[in-house]
Amino acid sequence: MSALPAPFTGWFADKGWRPHDHQLALVAAAETGRSALLVAPTGGGKTLAGFLPSLVQLAAQPAEGLHTLYISPLKALTVDIHRNLTTPIDEMGLQITCETRTGDTPDSKRKRQRRAPPNLLLTTPESLALLLSYHDAPQVFGKLTTVVVDELHALAGTKRGDLLALGLARLQSLAPACRRVGLSATVKDPDELIAWLSPTGRAADAPVALVTGGQGAEPEIEILTTRERLPWSGHMAVHALSEVYQRIRATKTALVFVNTRAQAEIVFRELWHLNEDKLPIALHHGSLAAEQRRKVEAAMARGDLRAVVATSSLDLGVDWAAVDLVIQVGAPKGVSRLVQRIGRANHRLEEPSRALLVPANRFEVLECQAALDGVAAGTLDGDPPNPGGLDVLAQHILGTACAGPFQADQLFAEITRAAPYADLGRRDFDDVLGFVRDGGYALKSYARYRRLLRGRDGLYRLAGPTHARRYRMNVGTIVESPTIKLKLRRGRFLGEVEEYFVQALVPGDSFIFAGEILVFEGLRETWAEVSRARSASEPKVPAYQGGRLPLSTHLAERVREMLETPGHWRALPGAVRDWLAQQRWRSVLPPADGLLVETFPRGQKEFLVAYCFAGRNAHQTLGMLLTKRMERFGLGPLGFVATDYVLATWSLSPVEDVAALFDEDMLGDDLEEWMADSSMLRRTFRNVAVIAGLIERRYPGQEKSGRQVTFNADLIYDVLRKHEPGHVLLRATRADAAGGLTDIGRLAELLGRVQGKIRHRALSKVSPLAVPVLLEIGREQVYGTALEELLDESAQALIAEATEEDLEQAELPL
Amino acid sequence: MTLHREIRLNGERLLADPSGALVWPERRLLAVADLHFEKGTAFAERGRLLPPYDTAATLRALSDAMERHRPDTVICLGDSFHDQGAGERLDPGDGQVLATLTQGRDWIWVAGNHDPLPPEAWGGRVESEVALGALTFRHEAENAALVAGEVSGHFHPKAAVRLRARRLTARCFVTDGRRLILPAFGAYTGGLDVLDPAIAGLFRKGFAIHLLGAGGVWRFPKKALSPFAG
Repeated sequence: MSALPAPFTGWFADKGWRPHDHQLALVAAAETGRSALLVAPTGGGKTLAGFLPSLVQLAAQPAEGLHTLYISPLKALTVDIHRNLTTPIDEMGLQITCETRTGDTPDSKRKRQRRAPPNLLLTTPESLALLLSYHDAPQVFGKLTTVVVDELHALAGTKRGDLLALGLARLQSLAPACRRVGLSATVKDPDELIAWLSPTGRAADAPVALVTGGQGAEPEIEILTTRERLPWSGHMAVHALSEVYQRIRATKTALVFVNTRAQAEIVFRELWHLNEDKLPIALHHGSLAAEQRRKVEAAMARGDLRAVVATSSLDLGVDWAAVDLVIQVGAPKGVSRLVQRIGRANHRLEEPSRALLVPANRFEVLECQAALDGVAAGTLDGDPPNPGGLDVLAQHILGTACAGPFQADQLFAEITRAAPYADLGRRDFDDVLGFVRDGGYALKSYARYRRLLRGRDGLYRLAGPTHARRYRMNVGTIVESPTIKLKLRRGRFLGEVEEYFVQALVPGDSFIFAGEILVFEGLRETWAEVSRARSASEPKVPAYQGGRLPLSTHLAERVREMLETPGHWRALPGAVRDWLAQQRWRSVLPPADGLLVETFPRGQKEFLVAYCFAGRNAHQTLGMLLTKRMERFGLGPLGFVATDYVLATWSLSPVEDVAALFDEDMLGDDLEEWMADSSMLRRTFRNVAVIAGLIERRYPGQEKSGRQVTFNADLIYDVLRKHEPGHVLLRATRADAAGGLTDIGRLAELLGRVQGKIRHRALSKVSPLAVPVLLEIGREQVYGTALEELLDESAQALIAEATEEDLEQAELPL
Repeated sequence: MTLHREIRLNGERLLADPSGALVWPERRLLAVADLHFEKGTAFAERGRLLPPYDTAATLRALSDAMERHRPDTVICLGDSFHDQGAGERLDPGDGQVLATLTQGRDWIWVAGNHDPLPPEAWGGRVESEVALGALTFRHEAENAALVAGEVSGHFHPKAAVRLRARRLTARCFVTDGRRLILPAFGAYTGGLDVLDPAIAGLFRKGFAIHLLGAGGVWRFPKKALSPFAG
């Protein structure tokens, strides 16, 4: 291991620090010109490790121009890192320039940065894509020696990661000697990240050194065993919040993580009710005004707060030394996610992080225990990443054309050196190129409206400067769902909520936002006007899209194994053990390998409950497909409800041939038919169309056109599906939906795994394990074709409101 | 069903077709509004390469509606062509389909603001408005208090209905029994909320809508509607 040169050893000594081994290992890797992946928990000086080799090089040989590019998924993080970096640079008196470049950077500074770039530039994937789209990119990046990608685990496997990987492939052509450094939290399979970092796009023989940081102390994780009654269902854990409050009182600073914004609002409000000591407790989620969030973050950094209730909005970010307890309210959903959240507490490696898990219901107790076991065993989640999105590729190809002419074969070769596109077929590439060129439509030609022109020299060139302008307006892969601002009557803006939520409100309705109960007053030009509620009536709660991550496959496996093995129940609270024992007595426990399906009558209906453990999204899709098939079997299906663990359907007639119902062939025509009309595909298509540059995203102040985008995307989808179902954008849409909202990949895996291993139990009444899902009935929304029936019902006022089973806990048949 | 599809206008009995076409059975007449042929290519000219099948899709829907009702007279209520150049951009194949549709019946292109001079290359005749019995067909509703039996397009009305926790937004007919505004028929035509003053202001004493669902037409009173956001 190499020693550091003088100014650095002195600087470390002055601080009373000693460089970590992994920091020195990265310096050594740089000396041999190798790329490197650093996998280390938080608190290991990871970011400094990433920069140290560049600082050492620049200290020895001061140079003009861009030397190192640092890319972070968070704009705010670049600012924090800039501050953390200028301190050692100034203290050591090094002649190194360091600047940030994000969407917030003023125009004049951005222009100057292209003319005279700093040695170290801290930026985001989107800003890099923009820089690469200018003619002067070869000059700007020509002397680049190092790219540092922070929080790589959070980028790889996402569309932002795809865009960045393509950008890095481009950079490699501009600066062939450039090496890459990835900084990552602990991951299941470092090979995937090594492939991602490799300039070849593959893990085999990748010139990437794997460096592992200090493991740190084992975390201390506890599951709250509530003194209150453990609920059967629900996700708010309100029953346990007074116990949570007591923990906050006994702690210096706590980070209270929840899974959805709605949970954040409820938990924050309940804690505030309990807050007799007037502890400074704050709220942080993605719908709050940005300024409000920055204030909370700053107060946290100063150590002024005792607790913050937060969603994934605080999963990443600069370390807060003061946090000494992480509380996870509700199910952790994945082992890796839990490990990363726990890592937000206590950033001294040698001391253990402390965490408290607060399950909201009985299934969540199982999930928490399984997650805790997973952390102890050091097993992490990790499904192999999806191949890179074709919509992202379209954006990148247009960006490449904006920078200058390109040759198709060379571009294809370059793109397949980006890991997400390593296996990209030439046909897909050509189709995407065709789309970028003229829309790529098979039946009719847009030859005269080409965006790219192919010259006699075989090079593709941009047809005109308007295309470059439009590209730059639409760069990036994050497509927000339409939101609307909330504004207090004669007061300030409070934040934003998804438009569909506001659309469901009538003036006078109340809801919780930013910890307050607000009354909806009406829509104004571009905002929703609200006032503070005078009395504390029962509010409606904001229900946001996308907040609900499905249960990870790995954690689901652990839950299934635990269920099947009563010997593992010792760690569980008594109420949960009793519940499982009763299930064993009345029915059977779901097998780890195979599928338990229970059927039983209740009320006038016939229920079917399948213990699939494949996550909510896959269960939703399965529910749509099963009810379609039940319709065909003449069983008179009436509805279904899906949780992360279980799917329940109810019908007029009982299901007898369960094996036939769950046959794999449902993934054929039924799936195609349903997919085509599903609102999930429409939503996915809209995102794909925006990313690929078919339609434009909206910007603040263009609220009207935002709605127009939503509308147009649906019209385009309908026309395209009918006239060219094989179009590359529809292929991209289906691929996206299969891995995302419809989770067909996971559903197919489930159906394949359980064929011939379905255990059907025909019961006389509901089983203990089925109770939670029955309690969800009526809380769920109506989907798809059922809407049309509702229209009928509502318009004619003939059918009375369908009477849902109203199960009171008191009368549960246990 | 019939109840929801039937529209009484100035004493005449009309039918709302789920496609968005209006049928006057007694006169064997079919009217459609705002076809916006070649909107796709108009966007393509400005660099947005939308699928170029909108004209074909619109023609297909129109031909299906004509198949159902076999009209002797077809009135296109203006903005049939998205812009002045639309006729030139129209694909010859689509043009042939259009020429077949106009043949053997009275086909009237009412002039609209997008197409003050609709091309006549594919048949049909151009009028600024058409009066037939108790009804008058024009592109844009007249902003006069005393109107009786006016049928128009132009506004692309859409409405949102609240259904339990969900909302359904769709194109619709709007009427108060004296005037009637048709939904836009074109495949790429967006919509304007019927509660927007531009539309609602034309119906001082309130109105009802006939909403185009996937499976039929549904009548709702104004008070059952919820506004769009934004």
